[in-house]
Amino acid sequence: METLFSHIVLSRIQFALTAMFHILWPVLTIGLSLYILTMEIMWVRNKNEAYYRQARFWTRLFILNFAVGVVTGIPMVFQFGTNWGEFSNAGGDIFGHFMGFEASMAFMLEAAFLGIMVWGWKRVSPRMHLFATAMVALGSSLSAFWIMTANAWMQTPSGGVFEKGRFIAESNIDAILNANMPWAVSHMWFACLEVTVFVVGGISAWHIFKGRHVDFFIRSFKVVLLAALLITPLQIYLGDGSGRQIAKIQPAKLAAMEAHWQTNGPGEGASWNILAWPDKREQRNKWSIPVPGGLSLLTTLSADGKVRGLRDFPIEDQPPVWIPFYSFRVMFGLGSFFFLLALWTFWAWRKGRLRPDTASRQKLLMLSWVAALPLSYVAMEAGWMTREVGRQPWIIYGVLKTGDAASPIPAYSVGGSLMILTLLYLILFFLFLLFARGIINKGPDEEGR
Amino acid sequence: MEYSFADLWLTIIGFFLLYYAVTDGFGLGAGIICLFSENNEDQQTIMKSLTYIWHTNQTWLILVGGMLFGAFPVFYSVLFTALYVPAVIMLLGLVLRGVAIDFYEHSPLRRFWAVIFGAGSLIAAAAQGLALGGLLGGIIVKDGRFAGSIWDWASSFSLLIAVGVITGYVTLGCNYLILKTGGDLQRRMQRYAILFSALTAVFSGAVFLGVNLRYPRIAEKWLVKPEMFHMALLLIPAAAGFIMLFRSLYSRREAAPLFWNAATVVMGFAALSVNMYPYMIPNVISPVTIQDAAASEKTLVFMLVAMGILIPVMLVYTMYTYRVFRGKV
Repeated sequence: METLFSHIVLSRIQFALTAMFHILWPVLTIGLSLYILTMEIMWVRNKNEAYYRQARFWTRLFILNFAVGVVTGIPMVFQFGTNWGEFSNAGGDIFGHFMGFEASMAFMLEAAFLGIMVWGWKRVSPRMHLFATAMVALGSSLSAFWIMTANAWMQTPSGGVFEKGRFIAESNIDAILNANMPWAVSHMWFACLEVTVFVVGGISAWHIFKGRHVDFFIRSFKVVLLAALLITPLQIYLGDGSGRQIAKIQPAKLAAMEAHWQTNGPGEGASWNILAWPDKREQRNKWSIPVPGGLSLLTTLSADGKVRGLRDFPIEDQPPVWIPFYSFRVMFGLGSFFFLLALWTFWAWRKGRLRPDTASRQKLLMLSWVAALPLSYVAMEAGWMTREVGRQPWIIYGVLKTGDAASPIPAYSVGGSLMILTLLYLILFFLFLLFARGIINKGPDEEGR
Repeated sequence: MEYSFADLWLTIIGFFLLYYAVTDGFGLGAGIICLFSENNEDQQTIMKSLTYIWHTNQTWLILVGGMLFGAFPVFYSVLFTALYVPAVIMLLGLVLRGVAIDFYEHSPLRRFWAVIFGAGSLIAAAAQGLALGGLLGGIIVKDGRFAGSIWDWASSFSLLIAVGVITGYVTLGCNYLILKTGGDLQRRMQRYAILFSALTAVFSGAVFLGVNLRYPRIAEKWLVKPEMFHMALLLIPAAAGFIMLFRSLYSRREAAPLFWNAATVVMGFAALSVNMYPYMIPNVISPVTIQDAAASEKTLVFMLVAMGILIPVMLVYTMYTYRVFRGKV
């Protein structure tokens, strides 16, 4: 029975808090390691010191970010056992070995070469250092692969049978290649790149706006702009593809994302709600602003394609509607804004407005990039909320419900750990911002190697 | 007696755990020493000796967590549910320690972060000891699920083990700092190392005795051939390792103490595991065997193939990292 402060509800809150806080850091680790790697490759090839200084400056932010990612990641590894014992028991045969692969294949690689990447500049040759940076970048992306594979498996479990309360592996390869895996991995990996584009771009824009270290930051700004021109439209494409797959594999999630209650009859199109006031008790929207036929067109590419509504599912199997509906719109709106911002900036560049002497006059453009920095994280979190809340009430879709997955521990113990973690994370977040501000305001070192 | 893939996996994870206990053991130990050192310069030396490698060392704990989850999902689920409180305390300690060593470089409040680093290390070490105590003390399991209270781990036996683990880590920390530092700090560490090695030997003996007194089924093994030979085969080198450790400390060697210290840890734990075999969760009423706690054979074999390639690779690049950062601080 789920009451307000049962151990299950508290475990859910704790998981949401720790996961949403943790994911803030790896996204930048994954993208920024690739950015630093790119700069280092340019430096080793061109011998241009400007690239070396790029690598050094962003590495300082990288390690600060990395440390918070690691310390907030450790509770994740153990939380499946401490708070979700029934899930670990039921899904461990598959989910657990993904965690094992993540640790051994990805995280270990990242951790071992991190020391050389950050503190090994004077101890190894430039080529060896480049190799170390490449291994950190590879490790962090591999880590994303395994974590997203594990999460995708929870969305589309395959590769085994569920019997006597446990999911037993029959083909581990099939479990890895589960239906949602390619979409999950690619959409999240590009989200990491997109966040990084706007972190590097936002910090650069802030300095350009202030007229400090303009040569240095124009360089980083243009690099990420080129990346943004590629990544922002691709991410919209991947999001669209993910959405259409969701319609097939998890129709209830798609219906919740769109506040779509009634399956459309033959010959009539399902409309797409721009905004709505969903009411789960009455199983309809109090009001909505519909685009007739829009949802059919988006999900099936035909104006009267059939899209299943929430009423097709028993109430106890329906996900919450408010959160997926609005978090999806936040993500989609921001994703579109990022694409337009990239286009606008490219146009300004073509017009010669991004030269060191002219760039700081582009006040609105630069401030838009500064705003895009936190917004890119908001978009990423909103995407996760859509994905995870939309999967409810299932923890392993169609196999195990979240309400049956928690560890049988007293509520006060979860409440206690939740309070400790909340307090700790607040302090961590504040300190990170404080020290990051120090690094950013200090700017790059003037001297070269 | 037939050995299975689960046994092999227990050995592999045991190796990961011991690797962690030795390497992060000296890291946590050095952190605890940092907490009690009043001299700012010493603190800086200790922190600096760990900056490059603490992270790699700690990763082995994550590896243990991930691998236990993969190879022994039942054990993983029961263990961390039962040990909720020590696990949360340990995470708290590790978080504090991790951010402290990172923020130390960025903040003007160096002494503050050095103390947080030390306190985090002490908390983490104590919690690991309490967790080990909780496991060795026996966890109540019914039908593959935890059926006890989340305070079962809190016993005088756990407290004994926690003090033992802290002592053991401090010993490793001293021996590590003997290798990595010089001068006055090194001389002090040599003195402390002798004291703490002796204490560790006493605590190790007490833990062995405690486990055997608690579980008649385990104690009986000392009377059965060939198990008694297996245990003796591991315990005799462990004892010899202690003698070598003292010898190397008295003759003021720099690298040898850490080596012999690590050898005693490995041998001692291996002997304890053989002592406990085939139980993964010892318990008077309903012990859980290694086989009960394991994943399906499909998963075990699949992971084994991957690990056969990965373990050597991991060891090679980890050793390379140590090599790059070798020498005195």
